[in-house]
Amino acid sequence: MTATTKSLRRWGAVHKWTSLICTLFMLLLCITGLPLIFHDEIDDLLHSSVKPAEVPAGTPPANLDHLLTNALAHAPGKVPHFLIWDRDEPGAIWVSVGPTIDADPTNNLLIRMDTHTGAYLDSPDVTGRFTYIMLKLHTDMFAGLPGKLFLGLMGILFCVAIISGIVVYAPSMRKLRFGAYRAQRTRVVRWLDVHNLAGILLVAWTLVVGFTGVINTWADLVLKMWQFGQLAEMTAQYKDRPVPTKLTSLNGAVEVARHAAPGMTPSFVAFPGTLFSSKSHYAVFLHGDTPLTSRLLKPALIDAETGTLTDSRDMPWYVSTLYVSQPLHFGDYGGMPLKIVWALLDILTVFILVTGVYLWLRRRKAGVSVERAIANAASIDNPALTS
Amino acid sequence: MVAHRSLTRIFAAPLVIAIVSTVGLISALVGDGWWDAVSWVALGLPVLLYLLFLWRRRPN
Repeated sequence: MTATTKSLRRWGAVHKWTSLICTLFMLLLCITGLPLIFHDEIDDLLHSSVKPAEVPAGTPPANLDHLLTNALAHAPGKVPHFLIWDRDEPGAIWVSVGPTIDADPTNNLLIRMDTHTGAYLDSPDVTGRFTYIMLKLHTDMFAGLPGKLFLGLMGILFCVAIISGIVVYAPSMRKLRFGAYRAQRTRVVRWLDVHNLAGILLVAWTLVVGFTGVINTWADLVLKMWQFGQLAEMTAQYKDRPVPTKLTSLNGAVEVARHAAPGMTPSFVAFPGTLFSSKSHYAVFLHGDTPLTSRLLKPALIDAETGTLTDSRDMPWYVSTLYVSQPLHFGDYGGMPLKIVWALLDILTVFILVTGVYLWLRRRKAGVSVERAIANAASIDNPALTS
Repeated sequence: MVAHRSLTRIFAAPLVIAIVSTVGLISALVGDGWWDAVSWVALGLPVLLYLLFLWRRRPN
């Protein structure tokens, strides 16, 4: 056996095992990911929501303190955690409230407010929605951080499977033209051709979507890192200050932040005491206006007692990497046509997974190991396989 | 049987497609309008090629 054959067998084994371990989870991710590409459209279709007031262009937004008071009137006893501008619906602002300031924000109530009138719109319970269930299955399988990190590990295996797949593609194609589809042959040959063709055509997309998905599973850890790194640094001198008893104007804080970052738009405000801020600051996160810079957030910390700006910095590279990886995973950055292309690529990925499992089962039954079949392209034409 | 093809020949087309896909993945991030259109075409290409290769050789 030559060294090349030996090495190819090893790559074949890597491809087989990494694929087999992650396939079931990748199928789950592809199937739940498909509706998530269109989650806005599906939500609009399945759930009615109160429309914000129609206002002429250029209408100034409502005072945020007024808006916040209205929101809290609908959530007695709750405290605000975040104020979030809706990315897709400029007429709406979300107020996220919890029972106490240190309660787990994933269980928060979301109140939708009218940006221009400051009036209450609705507070939908999203947790029963189809898209929410798909999202939970897709991100952590309802198993919290361990579930997330596990799926991240499956994503890494998927990436290794793709790379080893590129290596074993070569011997498989030694006697075939690019895009060969032997339509007259038996199913195992046809499906091998389909697997090879779709696999190699989608290499760049599957690698990027796979790896950005892996990065997304680390989001919670990235947030923690930022909290204990840059955020702690920015608020070090406030560490021993008591929690402010009376908060300064939210509207004023956002104005100060806007002024500190000209040309940027506020994305969300974290109230003092939440994960994204210190006990003594409003953290106003702003974003730019190009498809790329709109994903990059810049926090401006406003002293919640005096209303003055204390610090504003660009976020560190590891947070930026996370934010840039998100659109590349979601496919939501190029309008509806890109979403449709994303869905088609997702469906083709399902074909790759299914044909891959079939080839493994079929070859096992025929008693020909996949490594040998890959190491020796001629064995694909073996009568044992094609019968 | 066709003679063995070299690695360069085997990977020439896949390499071009991977580069085009990468351009497509990045272009919609850079800008809107035409930049979006470039990404639709570039990322639609693998899907189109897949259908084309299969359709061309489908048994009657």
